[in-house]
Amino acid sequence: MSLRHLSIDELVDRALGGDRRAVGRLLSIVERGGAEAEQVETRTHAHGTDAHVIGITGAPGAGKSTMVARLVAAFTAASRGPAVVAVDPSSPLTGGAILGDRVRMAEVDTSAFIRSVATRGHSGGLALSVPGSARVLAAAGFDPVIIETVGVGQVEVDVTAAADTTVVVVTPGMGDAVQANKAGLLEVADIFVVNKADLPGASDARRDLELMLELSHVTGQEDASRRPPIVMVDSLAGEGIDAVRGAIDEHHDHLVTTDRLVERRRRRARYEMRSRAALAFERHLDDQLHTSEVAAMVEDVLAGSETPSSAARRLWQPDAS
Amino acid sequence: MSSTPPPPHRIVLAKLGLDGHDRGIKVVARMLRDAGMEVIYLGLRQTTDSIVAAVEQEDADAIGLSMHNAGHLTLGPAMLAALEEAGIEVPLIIGGIVPDDDRPILDAAGVAAVLGPGSSAEEVVATVRAAIDAA
Ligand SMILES: Nc1nc2c(ncn2[C@@H]2O[C@H](COP(=O)(O)OP(=O)(O)OP(=O)(O)O)[C@@H](O)[C@H]2O)c(=O)[nH]1
Ligand SMILES: [Mg+2]
Repeated sequence: MSLRHLSIDELVDRALGGDRRAVGRLLSIVERGGAEAEQVETRTHAHGTDAHVIGITGAPGAGKSTMVARLVAAFTAASRGPAVVAVDPSSPLTGGAILGDRVRMAEVDTSAFIRSVATRGHSGGLALSVPGSARVLAAAGFDPVIIETVGVGQVEVDVTAAADTTVVVVTPGMGDAVQANKAGLLEVADIFVVNKADLPGASDARRDLELMLELSHVTGQEDASRRPPIVMVDSLAGEGIDAVRGAIDEHHDHLVTTDRLVERRRRRARYEMRSRAALAFERHLDDQLHTSEVAAMVEDVLAGSETPSSAARRLWQPDAS
Repeated sequence: MSSTPPPPHRIVLAKLGLDGHDRGIKVVARMLRDAGMEVIYLGLRQTTDSIVAAVEQEDADAIGLSMHNAGHLTLGPAMLAALEEAGIEVPLIIGGIVPDDDRPILDAAGVAAVLGPGSSAEEVVATVRAAIDAA
Protein backbone atom coordinates (compact mmCIF):
# COMPACT_ATOMS: atom_id res chain seq x y z
CA MET A 1 0.00 0.00 0.00
CA SER A 2 1.31 3.41 -0.91
CA LEU A 3 1.98 5.93 1.81
CA ARG A 4 1.61 8.88 -0.50
CA HIS A 5 -1.93 9.85 0.34
CA LEU A 6 -1.39 9.72 4.12
CA SER A 7 -1.44 12.88 6.20
CA ILE A 8 1.45 13.76 8.49
CA ASP A 9 -0.64 12.73 11.47
CA GLU A 10 -1.37 9.34 9.95
CA LEU A 11 2.29 8.85 9.10
CA VAL A 12 3.31 9.71 12.66
CA ASP A 13 0.69 7.33 14.07
CA ARG A 14 2.07 4.56 11.91
CA ALA A 15 5.67 5.40 12.75
CA LEU A 16 4.94 5.35 16.48
CA GLY A 17 3.27 1.97 15.89
CA GLY A 18 6.46 0.58 14.36
CA ASP A 19 5.79 1.03 10.62
CA ARG A 20 9.31 1.42 9.23
CA ARG A 21 8.25 2.75 5.87
CA ALA A 22 6.37 5.53 7.66
CA VAL A 23 9.53 6.28 9.64
CA GLY A 24 11.49 6.47 6.40
CA ARG A 25 8.98 8.86 4.90
CA LEU A 26 8.92 11.08 7.99
CA LEU A 27 12.71 11.36 7.87
CA SER A 28 12.45 12.64 4.28
CA ILE A 29 9.95 15.26 5.39
CA VAL A 30 12.18 16.37 8.25
CA GLU A 31 15.22 16.58 5.96
CA ARG A 32 13.28 18.71 3.54
CA GLY A 33 12.34 21.21 6.23
CA GLY A 34 9.49 23.72 6.08
CA ALA A 35 5.93 23.60 7.39
CA GLU A 36 5.48 19.83 7.12
CA ALA A 37 8.71 19.22 8.99
CA GLU A 38 7.39 21.45 11.74
CA GLN A 39 4.21 19.39 11.90
CA VAL A 40 6.31 16.27 12.36
CA GLU A 41 8.29 18.05 15.05
CA THR A 42 5.11 19.01 16.88
CA ARG A 43 4.08 15.38 17.02
CA THR A 44 7.44 13.82 17.86
CA HIS A 45 9.42 16.16 20.06
CA ALA A 46 7.87 15.03 23.32
CA HIS A 47 8.39 11.34 22.53
CA GLY A 48 11.48 9.21 22.92
CA THR A 49 13.32 11.64 25.14
CA ASP A 50 14.92 8.70 26.94
CA ALA A 51 16.81 7.56 23.86
CA HIS A 52 20.56 7.89 24.13
CA VAL A 53 21.91 9.96 21.22
CA ILE A 54 25.49 9.00 20.36
CA GLY A 55 27.64 11.02 17.95
CA ILE A 56 30.51 9.27 16.15
CA THR A 57 32.95 11.49 14.32
CA GLY A 58 36.45 11.38 12.86
CA ALA A 59 38.43 11.91 9.68
CA PRO A 60 37.25 10.48 6.34
CA GLY A 61 38.06 6.78 6.16
CA ALA A 62 38.86 6.42 9.87
CA GLY A 63 36.60 3.36 9.96
CA LYS A 64 33.55 5.01 11.54
CA SER A 65 30.97 3.07 9.56
CA THR A 66 32.77 -0.23 10.09
CA MET A 67 32.84 0.43 13.82
CA VAL A 68 29.22 1.62 13.88
CA ALA A 69 28.18 -1.64 12.22
CA ARG A 70 29.92 -3.56 15.01
CA LEU A 71 28.40 -1.34 17.66
CA VAL A 72 24.94 -1.81 16.22
CA ALA A 73 25.43 -5.58 16.42
CA ALA A 74 26.57 -5.25 20.04
CA PHE A 75 23.55 -3.14 20.98
CA THR A 76 21.22 -5.48 19.14
CA ALA A 77 22.72 -8.46 20.98
CA ALA A 78 21.99 -6.60 24.23
CA SER A 79 18.32 -6.30 23.21
CA ARG A 80 18.55 -2.61 22.46
CA GLY A 81 17.02 -1.30 19.23
CA PRO A 82 19.64 0.89 17.60
CA ALA A 83 19.20 3.28 14.68
CA VAL A 84 21.90 5.05 12.68
CA VAL A 85 21.92 8.39 10.88
CA ALA A 86 24.97 8.42 8.60
CA VAL A 87 25.81 11.84 7.19
CA ASP A 88 27.92 12.30 4.04
CA PRO A 89 28.69 15.46 2.09
CA SER A 90 26.70 16.54 -0.97
CA SER A 91 28.67 17.63 -4.00
CA PRO A 92 28.80 21.42 -3.89
CA LEU A 93 28.71 21.51 -7.69
CA THR A 94 25.72 19.33 -8.49
CA GLY A 95 23.95 18.89 -5.17
CA GLY A 96 24.11 15.13 -5.68
CA ALA A 97 25.80 12.66 -3.34
CA ILE A 98 27.04 9.11 -3.17
CA LEU A 99 26.07 7.82 0.26
CA GLY A 100 28.23 4.77 0.81
CA ASP A 101 28.17 4.14 4.54
CA ARG A 102 25.76 1.21 4.17
CA VAL A 103 28.41 -0.76 2.30
CA ARG A 104 30.26 -1.16 5.59
CA MET A 105 27.04 -1.96 7.43
CA ALA A 106 25.94 -4.77 5.15
CA GLU A 107 26.15 -7.37 7.91
CA VAL A 108 23.93 -5.40 10.25
CA ASP A 109 20.65 -7.05 11.15
CA THR A 110 17.73 -5.55 9.24
CA SER A 111 16.01 -4.85 12.57
CA ALA A 112 18.37 -1.89 12.97
CA PHE A 113 17.28 1.24 11.14
CA ILE A 114 19.96 2.92 9.03
CA ARG A 115 19.40 6.21 7.29
CA SER A 116 21.89 7.83 4.92
CA VAL A 117 21.77 11.61 4.91
CA ALA A 118 23.40 14.09 2.53
CA THR A 119 24.43 17.50 3.80
CA ARG A 120 22.53 19.16 0.90
CA GLY A 121 24.65 22.25 0.90
CA HIS A 122 23.08 24.24 3.70
CA SER A 123 25.08 23.68 6.78
CA GLY A 124 22.43 25.40 8.87
CA GLY A 125 19.86 22.97 7.53
CA LEU A 126 21.95 19.97 8.52
CA ALA A 127 22.27 21.21 12.07
CA LEU A 128 18.49 21.38 12.13
CA SER A 129 17.50 18.23 10.31
CA VAL A 130 19.82 15.84 12.14
CA PRO A 131 18.37 16.48 15.63
CA GLY A 132 14.91 16.34 14.07
CA SER A 133 15.69 13.01 12.45
CA ALA A 134 17.08 11.68 15.72
CA ARG A 135 13.80 12.67 17.40
CA VAL A 136 11.71 10.84 14.81
CA LEU A 137 13.80 7.70 15.34
CA ALA A 138 13.63 8.01 19.11
CA ALA A 139 9.87 8.57 18.96
CA ALA A 140 9.57 5.41 16.86
CA GLY A 141 11.23 3.54 19.73
CA PHE A 142 14.83 3.29 18.55
CA ASP A 143 17.46 3.56 21.26
CA PRO A 144 20.31 4.35 20.99
CA VAL A 145 20.33 6.69 18.00
CA ILE A 146 23.84 6.79 16.54
CA ILE A 147 24.86 9.73 14.35
CA GLU A 148 27.91 9.29 12.11
CA THR A 149 29.46 12.46 10.71
CA VAL A 150 32.80 13.21 9.09
CA GLY A 151 34.69 15.44 11.47
CA VAL A 152 35.96 18.05 9.05
CA GLY A 153 34.07 21.30 9.46
CA GLN A 154 32.56 23.26 12.27
CA VAL A 155 29.04 22.18 11.39
CA GLU A 156 29.90 18.50 11.56
CA VAL A 157 31.50 19.08 14.92
CA ASP A 158 28.45 21.04 16.05
CA VAL A 159 26.08 18.31 14.93
CA THR A 160 28.02 15.77 16.91
CA ALA A 161 28.18 18.07 19.88
CA ALA A 162 24.38 17.98 19.82
CA ALA A 163 24.59 14.33 20.96
CA ASP A 164 24.51 13.11 24.56
CA THR A 165 27.75 11.21 24.08
CA THR A 166 30.38 11.99 21.48
CA VAL A 167 32.92 9.41 20.32
CA VAL A 168 35.92 10.72 18.37
CA VAL A 169 37.62 8.13 16.15
CA VAL A 170 41.31 8.50 15.23
CA THR A 171 43.65 6.09 13.43
CA PRO A 172 47.37 5.29 13.68
CA GLY A 173 50.04 6.88 11.57
CA MET A 174 48.29 9.88 10.11
CA GLY A 175 48.78 12.40 12.85
CA ASP A 176 45.05 12.01 13.36
CA ALA A 177 45.18 13.10 16.96
CA VAL A 178 46.87 16.34 15.97
CA GLN A 179 44.36 16.90 13.19
CA ALA A 180 41.48 16.18 15.53
CA ASN A 181 42.90 18.73 17.90
CA LYS A 182 43.02 21.35 15.15
CA ALA A 183 39.49 20.56 14.04
CA GLY A 184 38.23 21.21 17.55
CA LEU A 185 37.22 17.57 17.98
CA LEU A 186 39.13 16.95 21.20
CA GLU A 187 37.06 19.43 23.15
CA VAL A 188 33.84 17.66 22.27
CA ALA A 189 35.06 14.10 22.85
CA ASP A 190 33.57 12.09 25.68
CA ILE A 191 35.30 8.93 24.46
CA PHE A 192 38.26 8.40 22.14
CA VAL A 193 38.63 5.39 19.90
CA VAL A 194 41.94 4.52 18.28
CA ASN A 195 40.52 2.46 15.43
CA LYS A 196 42.64 0.25 13.15
CA ALA A 197 44.59 -0.69 16.26
CA ASP A 198 45.76 -3.70 14.24
CA LEU A 199 47.97 -1.33 12.21
CA PRO A 200 51.47 -0.15 13.19
CA GLY A 201 51.59 3.05 15.20
CA ALA A 202 48.47 2.42 17.27
CA SER A 203 50.25 2.88 20.57
CA ASP A 204 51.82 6.11 19.28
CA ALA A 205 48.37 7.39 18.41
CA ARG A 206 47.27 6.55 21.94
CA ARG A 207 50.24 8.36 23.41
CA ASP A 208 49.58 11.43 21.22
CA LEU A 209 46.04 11.56 22.55
CA GLU A 210 47.18 11.15 26.14
CA LEU A 211 49.66 13.97 25.68
CA MET A 212 47.05 16.26 24.31
CA LEU A 213 44.68 15.37 27.10
CA GLU A 214 47.42 16.33 29.55
CA LEU A 215 47.32 19.86 28.24
CA SER A 216 45.03 21.70 30.53
CA HIS A 217 43.28 23.59 27.77
CA VAL A 218 41.99 20.31 26.45
CA THR A 219 40.98 18.49 29.58
CA GLY A 220 38.02 19.74 31.45
CA GLN A 221 36.63 21.94 28.69
CA GLU A 222 33.29 20.31 28.60
CA ASP A 223 33.11 18.19 31.71
CA ALA A 224 35.90 18.62 34.23
CA SER A 225 34.67 15.76 36.38
CA ARG A 226 35.74 13.10 33.98
CA ARG A 227 38.65 12.29 31.74
CA PRO A 228 37.67 10.79 28.36
CA PRO A 229 38.77 7.15 28.13
CA ILE A 230 40.81 5.97 25.14
CA VAL A 231 39.68 2.65 23.67
CA MET A 232 41.79 0.62 21.24
CA VAL A 233 39.65 -0.99 18.52
CA ASP A 234 40.09 -3.26 15.54
CA SER A 235 36.76 -2.89 13.81
CA LEU A 236 37.56 -5.44 11.14
CA ALA A 237 38.09 -8.16 13.76
CA GLY A 238 35.53 -6.69 16.15
CA GLU A 239 38.12 -6.36 18.91
CA GLY A 240 37.51 -3.67 21.48
CA ILE A 241 33.90 -3.15 20.44
CA ASP A 242 32.53 -4.33 23.78
CA ALA A 243 34.86 -1.88 25.49
CA VAL A 244 33.49 0.96 23.34
CA ARG A 245 29.96 -0.07 24.19
CA GLY A 246 30.93 -0.24 27.84
CA ALA A 247 32.45 3.25 27.69
CA ILE A 248 29.33 4.59 26.00
CA ASP A 249 27.06 3.08 28.66
CA GLU A 250 29.38 4.29 31.39
CA HIS A 251 29.25 7.81 30.03
CA HIS A 252 25.48 7.69 29.91
CA ASP A 253 25.38 6.55 33.55
CA HIS A 254 27.77 9.35 34.43
CA LEU A 255 25.50 11.91 32.73
CA VAL A 256 22.46 10.59 34.52
CA THR A 257 23.97 10.28 38.01
CA THR A 258 25.57 13.72 37.90
CA ASP A 259 22.56 15.51 36.39
CA ARG A 260 24.68 16.40 33.42
CA LEU A 261 22.25 14.75 31.02
CA VAL A 262 19.74 17.52 31.65
CA GLU A 263 22.50 20.07 31.16
CA ARG A 264 23.42 18.50 27.81
CA ARG A 265 19.82 18.47 26.72
CA ARG A 266 19.57 22.12 27.68
CA ARG A 267 22.61 22.83 25.56
CA ARG A 268 21.12 20.85 22.70
CA ALA A 269 17.86 22.79 22.89
CA ARG A 270 19.71 26.09 23.03
CA TYR A 271 21.84 25.16 20.07
CA GLU A 272 18.90 24.01 18.02
CA MET A 273 16.87 27.12 18.81
CA ARG A 274 19.82 29.23 17.82
CA SER A 275 20.36 27.36 14.56
CA ARG A 276 16.70 27.60 13.67
CA ALA A 277 16.52 31.29 14.47
CA ALA A 278 19.74 31.96 12.57
CA LEU A 279 18.44 30.19 9.48
CA ALA A 280 15.11 32.05 9.61
CA PHE A 281 16.93 35.33 10.06
CA GLU A 282 19.26 34.60 7.16
CA ARG A 283 16.30 33.92 4.91
CA HIS A 284 14.63 37.10 6.14
CA LEU A 285 17.80 39.05 5.35
CA ASP A 286 18.02 37.55 1.88
CA ASP A 287 14.44 38.67 1.20
CA GLN A 288 15.20 42.14 2.55
CA LEU A 289 18.12 42.59 0.21
CA HIS A 290 15.73 42.82 -2.71
CA THR A 291 13.45 45.53 -1.33
CA SER A 292 13.55 49.16 -2.49
CA GLU A 293 14.42 50.35 1.04
CA VAL A 294 17.58 48.32 1.01
CA ALA A 295 18.37 49.43 -2.54
CA ALA A 296 18.23 53.02 -1.26
CA MET A 297 20.52 52.11 1.64
CA VAL A 298 22.99 50.56 -0.79
CA GLU A 299 23.06 53.88 -2.70
CA ASP A 300 23.67 55.76 0.55
CA VAL A 301 26.59 53.48 1.35
CA LEU A 302 28.01 53.94 -2.14
CA ALA A 303 27.59 57.72 -1.94
CA GLY A 304 29.35 57.78 1.41
CA SER A 305 26.41 59.21 3.32
CA GLU A 306 26.01 56.07 5.43
CA THR A 307 28.56 53.58 6.71
CA PRO A 308 28.14 49.88 5.91
CA SER A 309 27.95 49.18 9.66
CA SER A 310 25.09 51.53 10.26
CA ALA A 311 23.26 50.25 7.17
CA ALA A 312 23.72 46.72 8.44
CA ARG A 313 22.30 47.72 11.81
CA ARG A 314 19.22 49.10 10.11
CA LEU A 315 18.78 45.74 8.38
CA TRP A 316 18.20 43.94 11.62
CA GLN A 317 16.97 46.87 13.70
CA PRO A 318 14.64 48.72 11.31
CA ASP A 319 14.08 51.53 13.86
CA ALA A 320 17.77 52.24 14.39
CA SER A 321 19.04 55.33 12.66
CA MET B 1 6.55 30.83 5.02
CA SER B 2 8.79 30.37 1.98
CA SER B 3 8.19 27.17 0.04
CA THR B 4 10.86 24.50 0.12
CA PRO B 5 12.45 23.37 -3.15
CA PRO B 6 11.89 19.77 -4.19
CA PRO B 7 14.52 17.52 -2.60
CA PRO B 8 16.92 15.52 -4.79
CA HIS B 9 15.76 12.15 -6.07
CA ARG B 10 17.08 9.29 -3.96
CA ILE B 11 18.02 5.99 -5.58
CA VAL B 12 19.23 2.77 -4.00
CA LEU B 13 21.93 1.07 -6.10
CA ALA B 14 23.01 -2.50 -5.44
CA LYS B 15 24.27 -5.71 -6.93
CA LEU B 16 22.03 -8.65 -6.35
CA GLY B 17 23.45 -12.13 -6.34
CA LEU B 18 26.91 -13.51 -6.27
CA ASP B 19 29.04 -11.94 -8.95
CA GLY B 20 31.68 -9.56 -7.82
CA HIS B 21 32.21 -6.76 -10.33
CA ASP B 22 31.37 -3.30 -9.12
CA ARG B 23 33.01 -1.11 -11.74
CA GLY B 24 29.90 -0.58 -13.82
CA ILE B 25 27.64 0.20 -10.90
CA LYS B 26 30.13 2.67 -9.47
CA VAL B 27 30.27 4.48 -12.82
CA VAL B 28 26.48 4.65 -12.81
CA ALA B 29 26.53 5.96 -9.21
CA ARG B 30 28.76 8.83 -10.27
CA MET B 31 26.60 9.62 -13.30
CA LEU B 32 23.53 9.92 -11.09
CA ARG B 33 25.36 11.95 -8.45
CA ASP B 34 26.61 14.32 -11.13
CA ALA B 35 23.00 14.74 -12.23
CA GLY B 36 22.15 15.92 -8.70
CA MET B 37 20.71 12.72 -7.27
CA GLU B 38 21.42 11.13 -3.90
CA VAL B 39 22.71 7.63 -4.51
CA ILE B 40 22.50 5.20 -1.63
CA TYR B 41 25.08 2.63 -2.56
CA LEU B 42 24.67 -0.78 -0.96
CA GLY B 43 27.54 -2.61 -2.63
CA LEU B 44 27.91 -6.21 -3.70
CA ARG B 45 26.12 -9.44 -2.86
CA GLN B 46 22.87 -8.00 -1.63
CA THR B 47 19.76 -10.06 -1.07
CA THR B 48 16.19 -9.10 -1.90
CA ASP B 49 15.58 -8.71 1.84
CA SER B 50 18.49 -6.35 2.40
CA ILE B 51 17.37 -4.24 -0.56
CA VAL B 52 13.77 -4.08 0.66
CA ALA B 53 15.00 -2.98 4.10
CA ALA B 54 17.24 -0.30 2.59
CA VAL B 55 14.48 1.06 0.36
CA GLU B 56 12.14 1.35 3.35
CA GLN B 57 14.69 2.99 5.60
CA GLU B 58 16.04 5.32 2.94
CA ASP B 59 12.62 6.22 1.48
CA ALA B 60 14.11 5.75 -1.97
CA ASP B 61 12.37 6.94 -5.14
CA ALA B 62 13.92 4.22 -7.31
CA ILE B 63 16.03 1.06 -7.22
CA GLY B 64 18.85 0.33 -9.61
CA LEU B 65 20.07 -3.26 -9.69
CA SER B 66 23.11 -4.32 -11.60
CA MET B 67 23.61 -7.91 -12.64
CA HIS B 68 26.21 -9.35 -14.91
CA ASN B 69 25.71 -13.05 -14.38
CA ALA B 70 22.66 -13.44 -16.60
CA GLY B 71 20.51 -13.77 -13.50
CA HIS B 72 18.08 -11.09 -14.57
CA LEU B 73 15.31 -13.49 -15.51
CA THR B 74 15.20 -14.98 -12.02
CA LEU B 75 16.57 -12.19 -9.85
CA GLY B 76 14.58 -9.37 -11.47
CA PRO B 77 11.18 -11.00 -10.86
CA ALA B 78 12.33 -12.18 -7.39
CA MET B 79 13.12 -8.57 -6.49
CA LEU B 80 9.75 -7.40 -7.78
CA ALA B 81 7.97 -10.08 -5.78
CA ALA B 82 9.82 -9.07 -2.61
CA LEU B 83 8.91 -5.43 -3.15
CA GLU B 84 5.29 -6.26 -3.77
CA GLU B 85 5.16 -8.40 -0.65
CA ALA B 86 6.54 -5.47 1.35
CA GLY B 87 3.98 -3.16 -0.24
CA ILE B 88 6.62 -0.98 -1.87
CA GLU B 89 5.79 0.74 -5.14
CA VAL B 90 9.15 1.97 -6.32
CA PRO B 91 10.38 1.63 -9.92
CA LEU B 92 13.03 -1.05 -10.50
CA ILE B 93 15.68 -0.40 -13.13
CA ILE B 94 17.96 -3.23 -14.18
CA GLY B 95 21.46 -2.64 -15.52
CA GLY B 96 23.58 -5.23 -17.22
CA ILE B 97 23.68 -7.47 -20.25
CA VAL B 98 20.10 -8.35 -21.06
CA PRO B 99 19.47 -10.05 -24.43
CA ASP B 100 16.80 -8.33 -26.55
CA ASP B 101 14.62 -11.41 -26.33
CA ASP B 102 14.45 -11.13 -22.56
CA ARG B 103 13.37 -7.51 -22.42
CA PRO B 104 9.66 -8.14 -23.08
CA ILE B 105 9.71 -10.71 -20.28
CA LEU B 106 11.15 -8.18 -17.85
CA ASP B 107 8.74 -5.48 -19.07
CA ALA B 108 5.83 -7.81 -18.52
CA ALA B 109 7.12 -8.67 -15.05
CA GLY B 110 7.06 -4.98 -14.15
CA VAL B 111 10.67 -3.87 -14.48
CA ALA B 112 10.54 -0.15 -15.20
CA ALA B 113 13.57 0.01 -17.48
CA VAL B 114 16.67 -1.85 -18.62
CA LEU B 115 20.03 -0.16 -19.18
CA GLY B 116 22.65 -1.94 -21.26
CA PRO B 117 26.39 -1.86 -20.51
CA GLY B 118 27.36 0.96 -22.88
CA SER B 119 24.66 3.42 -21.78
CA SER B 120 25.74 7.05 -21.78
CA ALA B 121 25.34 9.29 -18.75
CA GLU B 122 22.49 11.08 -20.53
CA GLU B 123 20.67 7.81 -21.14
CA VAL B 124 21.17 6.61 -17.59
CA VAL B 125 19.95 9.85 -16.05
CA ALA B 126 17.01 10.25 -18.44
CA THR B 127 15.92 6.65 -17.87
CA VAL B 128 16.01 6.98 -14.08
CA ARG B 129 14.18 10.31 -14.13
CA ALA B 130 11.51 8.96 -16.49
CA ALA B 131 10.99 5.89 -14.29
CA ILE B 132 10.61 8.04 -11.18
CA ASP B 133 8.27 10.50 -12.89
CA ALA B 134 6.10 7.68 -14.22
CA ALA B 135 5.77 6.06 -10.81
N1 LIG C 1 43.01 -2.42 9.26
C1 LIG C 1 41.82 -1.94 9.58
N2 LIG C 1 41.02 -1.39 8.63
C2 LIG C 1 39.82 -0.89 8.99
C3 LIG C 1 39.37 -0.94 10.33
N3 LIG C 1 38.15 -0.37 10.39
C4 LIG C 1 37.85 0.02 9.13
N4 LIG C 1 38.85 -0.31 8.28
C5 LIG C 1 38.90 -0.05 6.82
O1 LIG C 1 38.98 1.34 6.61
C6 LIG C 1 38.29 1.70 5.41
C7 LIG C 1 37.29 2.81 5.69
O2 LIG C 1 36.29 2.29 6.54
P1 LIG C 1 34.90 3.05 6.75
O3 LIG C 1 34.19 2.33 7.83
O4 LIG C 1 34.20 3.23 5.46
O5 LIG C 1 35.40 4.45 7.25
P2 LIG C 1 34.53 5.79 7.55
O6 LIG C 1 35.24 6.52 8.61
O7 LIG C 1 33.12 5.44 7.81
O8 LIG C 1 34.65 6.51 6.16
P3 LIG C 1 33.81 7.78 5.63
O9 LIG C 1 32.37 7.59 6.04
O10 LIG C 1 34.01 7.73 4.16
O11 LIG C 1 34.43 8.98 6.26
C8 LIG C 1 37.67 0.43 4.88
O12 LIG C 1 38.49 -0.11 3.90
C9 LIG C 1 37.63 -0.46 6.10
O13 LIG C 1 37.66 -1.83 5.80
C10 LIG C 1 40.22 -1.54 11.32
O14 LIG C 1 39.93 -1.61 12.51
N5 LIG C 1 41.44 -2.01 10.88
MG1 LIG D 1 31.37 6.15 6.86
